[in-house]
Amino acid sequence: MNEMAPPKTERAAALKGLGTSRKRVEDARFTQGKGNYVDDIKMAGMLFGDFVRSPYAHARVKSIDTEKALAVPGVHAILTAADLEPLGLHWMPTLAGDKQMVLADGKVLFQGQEVAFVVADDRYAAADAVELVVVDYEELPVVVDPFKAQEEDAPVLREDIADQKEGAHGPRRHHNHIFTWEQGDKDATEAVISEADVVAEEMVYYHRTHPCPLETCGCVASMDKVNGKLTVWGTFQAPHAVRTVASLISGIAEHNIRIVSPDIGGGFGNKVGVYPGYICSIVASIVTGVPVKWVEDRMENLMATAFARDYWMKGRISATKDGRITGLWAHVTADHGAFDACADPTKFPAGFFNICTGSYDIPTAYLSVDGVYTNKAPGGVAYRCSFRVTEAAYLIERMIEILAIELDMDAAELRAKNFIKKEQFPYQSALGWEYDSGDYHTAWDKALKAVDYPGLRKQQAERLEAFKRGETRKLMGIGLTHFTEIVGAGPVKNCDILGLGMFDSCEIRIHPTGSAIARLGTISQGQGHATTFAQILATEIGIPADDITLEEGDTDTAPYGLGTYGSRSTPVAGAATAMAGRKIRAKAQMIAAYLLEVHDDDVEWDVDRFAVKGAPERFKTMKDIAFASYNQAIPGIEPGLEAVSYYDPPNMTYPFGAYICVLDIDVDSGEVDIRSFYALDDCGTRINPMIIEGQVHGGLTEALAIAMAQEITYDDLGNMKNATLMDFYLPTSWETPHYTTDHTETPSPHHPIGAKGVGESPNVGGVPCFSNAVHDAFKSFGLKQSHMPHDHWRIWKIAHDLGLHG
Amino acid sequence: MIPGSFDYHRPDSVGAAVKLLVDFGDGARVIAGGHSLIPMMKLRMADLDHLIDLQGINDLKSITVSGANVTIGAMVTQHELIANEALFSMAPIVREAALQIADPQVRYVGTLGGNVANGDPGNDMPGLMQCLDASYTVVGPNGSRDIAARSFYEAAYFTERQDDEILTSISFKSKKGGYAYEKQKRKIGDYATAASAVLIEKDGGNCTAASIAMTNLSDTPVCPQEAAAALIGTALDEASISAAVTAAVNAIDPAEDNRGPVEFKKYVAGIMLRRAIERATARA
Repeated sequence: MNEMAPPKTERAAALKGLGTSRKRVEDARFTQGKGNYVDDIKMAGMLFGDFVRSPYAHARVKSIDTEKALAVPGVHAILTAADLEPLGLHWMPTLAGDKQMVLADGKVLFQGQEVAFVVADDRYAAADAVELVVVDYEELPVVVDPFKAQEEDAPVLREDIADQKEGAHGPRRHHNHIFTWEQGDKDATEAVISEADVVAEEMVYYHRTHPCPLETCGCVASMDKVNGKLTVWGTFQAPHAVRTVASLISGIAEHNIRIVSPDIGGGFGNKVGVYPGYICSIVASIVTGVPVKWVEDRMENLMATAFARDYWMKGRISATKDGRITGLWAHVTADHGAFDACADPTKFPAGFFNICTGSYDIPTAYLSVDGVYTNKAPGGVAYRCSFRVTEAAYLIERMIEILAIELDMDAAELRAKNFIKKEQFPYQSALGWEYDSGDYHTAWDKALKAVDYPGLRKQQAERLEAFKRGETRKLMGIGLTHFTEIVGAGPVKNCDILGLGMFDSCEIRIHPTGSAIARLGTISQGQGHATTFAQILATEIGIPADDITLEEGDTDTAPYGLGTYGSRSTPVAGAATAMAGRKIRAKAQMIAAYLLEVHDDDVEWDVDRFAVKGAPERFKTMKDIAFASYNQAIPGIEPGLEAVSYYDPPNMTYPFGAYICVLDIDVDSGEVDIRSFYALDDCGTRINPMIIEGQVHGGLTEALAIAMAQEITYDDLGNMKNATLMDFYLPTSWETPHYTTDHTETPSPHHPIGAKGVGESPNVGGVPCFSNAVHDAFKSFGLKQSHMPHDHWRIWKIAHDLGLHG
Repeated sequence: MIPGSFDYHRPDSVGAAVKLLVDFGDGARVIAGGHSLIPMMKLRMADLDHLIDLQGINDLKSITVSGANVTIGAMVTQHELIANEALFSMAPIVREAALQIADPQVRYVGTLGGNVANGDPGNDMPGLMQCLDASYTVVGPNGSRDIAARSFYEAAYFTERQDDEILTSISFKSKKGGYAYEKQKRKIGDYATAASAVLIEKDGGNCTAASIAMTNLSDTPVCPQEAAAALIGTALDEASISAAVTAAVNAIDPAEDNRGPVEFKKYVAGIMLRRAIERATARA
């Protein structure tokens, strides 16, 4: 007879499972400075690599003289393209089906491009030698404007493919053209728009910016010539994909490559791609026979590793007189820089931009995207968003606002009138997606009520009158956004990266004493996976989250997965975790039934145990079962208690949210005061409310940065103008406003626990919300569209151009 | 972001530091808080063989108030400028301005001497010292001399100080009346988009003395006497303030950068100055 069982609720609480605001288990080491990042790795005999980079945006490399640099004491080797060419490694494939120079092969195509790789005893010797490498450049005409790049007589940037008429994504029509991607019905859309009562048309630019994780990119490569095994520790958001790609391009057998992502200090998409530094470190380790470390500095990170956005989006949206949207037409000129190094699922060269119909029931739509080369750094990664989703959300949420102006209708009302209705889900969008679930009207009504929307509009009208009377120089703006994301890439049938299906995985081992270890194919960069995935498991298998170790990032031990980006960890690996947990439970049920001497069907799951149906005092806890699985011979059941699940999601998930920002603008200085920000997120089932809140705070702060000041810009010669944190805007706590968070909960119908992902929602929804608020402040003076970022001088310029400076 | 190699020296007296400067000549630089020099060294824009650290010279670390005279050692940190009550009672504008420089971590290390000596037009203290009509003492192989802050700055990073001289202290007389330091910046830690220091004395309703200086709006700080003159003797009415602002904006010559174009900078310079005058007037 077992002792008296504590009540169900008490036992459930002890598990710290789903829905618990469990404190992050990672924070103890991070807050004490005891994380283990790439740059913390120190190995005997380790050398350091450093790059010679191009000062020019477009130039022919006539010669490279390394003689003086090689004479610097402590310098071991200097690699150039000529050294990599015999290995076939002077170019490498990009994730987008293009190829990219590892080291300058005859010419350079952007400022900061890697030209030579110096390997030395320490960073100091390497930096001294970098200064002494003499590169003879012949400057070539520079093109930084993607429209000018497409002109007939534009300079030929990519001489390697100048005559190639077919790219990775179809025909190329110009030497600087990469691809054209079309979705939807062009003729039908143009017909609807030409016959519409009201049409709003605008060019909306989502400027170039950069994920700028606090930890820059880097790696330590170590080739063990005795056992032939290559180990690379690096800042990799997708370690398994890196292993496969490394094997394919180096020819080293995949079982002889071990990729390890240690602690990562933020990724935000910047650490998805493969960079020349990784390849050069690996080659240098092979050449020198000792480990080689390469860690870029902040300027290198901002200048040369993957940027985000840079989409020129032309939109046309049509509606009936009473505000029923009838069609959406969009064309994007996508500036990819010198190489197409976007990180998108292979079949989606513009990512999931075709989510640009947003939260609205738009019956007819057409989208085309043209990718273009320019003399800028390559990239185009999903900076805290699913692939190009934040660009799509920005376009539709700006177009809605502009349409509301054309209709002379309140933008909140226009949204409500056109939302996809709850009963329409699953909803087939005009541009090809099946939205799994949603309840937009409930969320919207809750948001408007929470902020007293009519009251805000009344205040705004009063402020405007006071402004006109000369009593204040501040205008009030109300920013509205209702966004729908598409995350959780994705179903293997249409989502792959370089042929690798975008499933994910979890492997669980229960130890004899009832604790456990789980390993996943993902990798946390600050998301708190060790905390939240243990919570999913705790609820599934009845072992306290505190008794579950979670490991990711070592390809020798973790099951294969496609990594962490695009809010895919919870939708895909989280599902794999639940499914693996259920396999454990299924086996545990048989063991429990055997131990309780009843039929399998006569026991039922009860929080942390199986109990005999109708006799709850007769039970076996998961702990009892785990022990039995290791020490009892049970007929027909293998010893041990382990499971692995590879989860191929049947669909994406579609988190959504309603955000409202109120701000005050000083029309004379252009300064902005964010008065309040209300964020309602619906991410389906909520695993850890505290972590969700933290994610929302962080994502909104990055959204604030992007919308208000953060940018990567170039002058006409291709000089990058924001290469330090003096000029590249990262908000501090001082600039960060207070956020009010809220939620509704519409579980995903196809996800095992109904979760949808949340890490990127606040960036996707936040950017249009801040931007719409700025536009709204000037709406009554006739402003329709002004490009981000809304920094002081650009806001001042809006006011100036509208005649508000007298 | 790694500097070239250099020798490090830590003298314990001004004399010893000057001797090192003389001995090593062009290849030597003194370092105070290092917030300007170290980044330049890391970018290899400042290439030097000898770094002479002034941290070991205790004589440069005190704030002395004697009657109406204030003397501040070159190695006094921005944090100490904020914390020192005697200084606050003599010139409260110093605390107000120092609180708008960088962030607490930087202010614990950054010094007044380094800030004024470097000649960086982005630094706040040169303009403030011109507003206070301060005097700098520099010591070289031929002894010491005093240079008025208002005639110290020649161009960006070029000053009256000779290469073998060290700026050792900053002196000014106590300022009565109203004061204000207004600074627009993109974020905490940034240099000014535009900043203005204003001191105003009143007798009855009339302005009896005024001083105005502007920061980061030319390649040196700007202390337009004609702007101050437009206020003196007036009732600080709207017309006088406008005249002062117009005179000041005419005296500046901002350059376009990531903070914005010239037209914008001139406009916000006027806004910052107007706000500073109004706030100083209210306090006078």
